[in-house]
Amino acid sequence: MSEILLDVKDLLIEADIDGEWKPIVNHLSMTLHRGEILGLIGESGAGKSTFGLTALGYTKPGCRIVSGSINLDGVELVGQSDAELREIRGNKVAYVAQSAAASFNPAHTLAEQFAESPVQHGKMKMAEARKRSIELFRQLDLPDPEHIGERYPHQVSGGQLQRAMTAMALGSDPDIIIFDEPTTALDVTTQIEVLGAIKEAVKARNVAAIYISHDLAVVAQMADRIMVLRYGNLIEEGNAREMLANPRETYTKKLLNVRTVRESRYDHDKEDIQLKIENITARYPGTSVDVLKDINVDIIKGKTVAVVGESGSGKSTLARVITGLLPPGQGSVKFHGRELTAELRDRPKKDLQSIQMIYQMADVAMNPRHKIKDIIGRPLEFYLGVKGKAREQRVLDLLQHIELPVEYGERYPAQLSGGEKQRVCIARALAAEPELIICDEVTSALDQLVAEGILDLLLNLQKELNVSYLFITHDLATVKAIADEIVVMYQGAVVEQGTKAEILTPPYQPYTELLLSSVPEMDPDWLDDLVDRRKRGEAPTAESISS
Amino acid sequence: MKQFIAFWKDLNLSARIGLVIVSFFAFCAIFAPWLAPYGESEIVGDVWEPIGGEFFFGTDQIGRDLLSRLIFGARNTMALAIVSTTVSFTAGAVLGFIAATMGGRVDQVLSRLVDVVISIPTLIASLIVLSAVGTATSTLILVIGIIYAMPVFRIARAVAMDIEVMDYVEAARLRGEGLWWLMSREILPNAMTPLAAEFGLRFCFVFLLIASLSFLGLGLQPPLADWGAMVRGNADGIAWGFMHPLIPAACIAALTIGINLLIDRWVFKASGLRDDQ
Repeated sequence: MSEILLDVKDLLIEADIDGEWKPIVNHLSMTLHRGEILGLIGESGAGKSTFGLTALGYTKPGCRIVSGSINLDGVELVGQSDAELREIRGNKVAYVAQSAAASFNPAHTLAEQFAESPVQHGKMKMAEARKRSIELFRQLDLPDPEHIGERYPHQVSGGQLQRAMTAMALGSDPDIIIFDEPTTALDVTTQIEVLGAIKEAVKARNVAAIYISHDLAVVAQMADRIMVLRYGNLIEEGNAREMLANPRETYTKKLLNVRTVRESRYDHDKEDIQLKIENITARYPGTSVDVLKDINVDIIKGKTVAVVGESGSGKSTLARVITGLLPPGQGSVKFHGRELTAELRDRPKKDLQSIQMIYQMADVAMNPRHKIKDIIGRPLEFYLGVKGKAREQRVLDLLQHIELPVEYGERYPAQLSGGEKQRVCIARALAAEPELIICDEVTSALDQLVAEGILDLLLNLQKELNVSYLFITHDLATVKAIADEIVVMYQGAVVEQGTKAEILTPPYQPYTELLLSSVPEMDPDWLDDLVDRRKRGEAPTAESISS
Repeated sequence: MKQFIAFWKDLNLSARIGLVIVSFFAFCAIFAPWLAPYGESEIVGDVWEPIGGEFFFGTDQIGRDLLSRLIFGARNTMALAIVSTTVSFTAGAVLGFIAATMGGRVDQVLSRLVDVVISIPTLIASLIVLSAVGTATSTLILVIGIIYAMPVFRIARAVAMDIEVMDYVEAARLRGEGLWWLMSREILPNAMTPLAAEFGLRFCFVFLLIASLSFLGLGLQPPLADWGAMVRGNADGIAWGFMHPLIPAACIAALTIGINLLIDRWVFKASGLRDDQ
């Protein structure tokens, strides 16, 4: 085993929560060897970011290091002055944040920002830094490495920006790089490219890395060793391969099993078409680009249609057309054979009631000043005229349905967790007694285990109430879990549609294959294999699709 | 009482000072007839009798008791300011919310109209209107209300625009809710904090505007007592070395400062608590 680079011992970090100091990293230790990648995994609130950032000797505002030691290459970081820490941060440890777009200064070119740190630390001259940026941009597989540095952050894509940020982190030859969820905000296909580039660059330069993520499958690709954290405590630690093959703790097992495929017993029965989307073409007012091109989708009563695509594919716009928020340029939406009016304000109450919507961000989908019982109770009163005692009773029923305690009715949304909020949104949709619920990325803002719970709930409700879902998502794992039929969208058009069995069994349509192959698997060799196959041209890549 | 003690403990020093000042003046305003030693327009002595003599604050330019006039003045000036501010907020906020919720042509027409009115300086606009239509108290309230409704409209519209794009408003629209529900139930509760803070500040402006109008002779008409008019009436005394006009001026200053100290605290608390709610 090579030398120990970072040695964190018995670290206790507390955070100021409502005026009280509470531990968020509870006596954790870690060691990091030169050239090793350590994965930190856990749900939100696990303390993984706080713990990972201690390698910089940094704590977020409102946090404090109470006890323990952080030894970086022989230097103790706890108790160092800010000036000394700054020296270490620039030279020895670099940081890649989740949102590269928010971390770059929009007013400077990539090359200028690349050069800033090494030039300021007196490590390089400007010209030297320029040469080095080109070299690293090339290594991270950025297009046109000689000139991409002249561009401004908004002129490159999200995935490219994330790679440029990694290049920047490598710029001053650090010993350690901390990656804090670097691919979480990216589409699956982009994620692969970034992961591949990061892994190659890190291995080639033999730097050590701490990789923080909530996604075990992603960490599995990157890390040599994994630490599973929960509520600031260590659940399990070990060699990545051993842990994936043989998890010891139940929590780790749960994390490993989240990506299950549910079977869909389903025969295509044309009699029962509930919603028929015919030849829809739409664009946003004041623009000249069609964001939806000739879309045809049928939704069958009591079944789930999943619309899959990356950001910009037009899948959310489709929901806006169905609900009447965006009148289409051409085509029609028929509900039980009757055409729905294009404009929301012309629709009769009955139509509005039949189609309900659940949003991605439950936080902003509920009025923060309304109590839960009023949020759920309003559709009851508005559509069904249920008032007073009857309304109260029905709200309690609905709360039980979504598996929340009845006393939650008196609470405000901010007093609930992310998963609980989404459950309330489901209850609000159910309260209207709809026939179709449009679910727009309802699980993508949630931790995996919480998302599982939401999907289970939706499936149970479907069985019980025979309600149909239009499920909009970018996450194929969700699709596999919940869909009966799948519609794959790319740049505003449908590239493939059919039953789950048809879409998910070979031979694949090339774009569907790209999407499917891009979903990280728990197998630690999956990424390397995929990158190899793509290089040999055996698997489709984003470039081969767009050309 | 318990609630009040908890509330008091929650305030910082400057807010406590503000609360004491405001409650003191409010007390004077409410119980004016019982507190004032003499009548509002009763002539009780000679012109400009000295301060601290037979009369606590002396007498004014025609021999009325200055202390009594100050106490009645608190009532008139504050009541007028509160009513005018309420008028301007009701009109401004309702129109601002309508503009933000309906958008399009309605928004354009309302906003451009407000732009025109707001481009005329406040004091000049009110001077012109008041000298043309007379200075009845109701006219005064209406004119001040309308003039200050303009900046309130802008703030209400800007705040509502931010709220309007939230998913919960879209959810309400999808439900089929009407304009009134959107405005009163979805937007208003979330716009309350900035609007309430603005109410306090605007109250000070209105207060000062009334004082300046009275000073110019277009505010409350004699013999009604009003602090601004009292400054003007006694202003000549300065030339003779009398301190009398400074006393109502000090009252105006004190109340304005008191209100602002309270508002500062309110804004601080409201912005800090927003995540907890």
